[in-house]
Amino acid sequence: MATIRVRLQKQARAGDIVTVRTLIQHPMETGFRRDETGKLFARNILKDFTCHYDGAVVFRAEFFPAVAADPFLAFHFVATRSGPVELRWTEDSGAVFSETMQIDVS
Amino acid sequence: MTRLTRRAALGAGSATLVLALAPTSRATPKDVEAAMADILKGRVPRPGRIKLDIPRLAESGLNVSLDVSVESPMTEADHVTTIHLLAEQNPLPAIARYHFSPRSGRASVSTRIRLADSQIVTALCEMNDGSVWIDRAEVVITIMACGLEPT
Repeated sequence: MATIRVRLQKQARAGDIVTVRTLIQHPMETGFRRDETGKLFARNILKDFTCHYDGAVVFRAEFFPAVAADPFLAFHFVATRSGPVELRWTEDSGAVFSETMQIDVS
Repeated sequence: MTRLTRRAALGAGSATLVLALAPTSRATPKDVEAAMADILKGRVPRPGRIKLDIPRLAESGLNVSLDVSVESPMTEADHVTTIHLLAEQNPLPAIARYHFSPRSGRASVSTRIRLADSQIVTALCEMNDGSVWIDRAEVVITIMACGLEPT
């Protein structure tokens, strides 16, 4: 299981723009790298990231091999109401890594 | 025994780098133009609303921090839909794409990328009204991310 770190404020006022900072441990194997014998290492990257909150995807990212290992991402969304904020990363293999934070909106 | 000079060591090092890169195909400015044409579909990008903030000089191409942001009220009537990041000297032109809606609040992203060599990084954004905006920045890499290797 990949280690995921998220920074998100616990409380916000409705209408506030909040910032999410995330880091997920992942090699982001590019598929362009070769071993000593010249054989390519199979590509294995996180290709898709979504942030689900209050009934919608409020931000989405698509990654390519040029995203550095252990992808860091900072982005924003508008606080609308209290509830879970789910972050979801999808790997080439189809594996999904996720983390859910809670935000209290007054 | 021959003394290994710094110059010889560096020379050997760069030879290895060249060999390591040789089998890997690189995108060319032309590939980036093609990738851009796919996004633009005949539209002409203008400079102004989008800003790409990336160091002019990076020690390592393995991990280059960047911020990209677009001036926009992010309302239903006027918002950013997508930001594209493109590299002209990486094996693939696409670096990342970010999708926004008014609920994103602000079209601004920070991330870290790999650059195979010194090159121009392009940021393009599409607005809901169909307009496209562009910013470009040249980054000089002092140590290449050879073959885009992860650490």
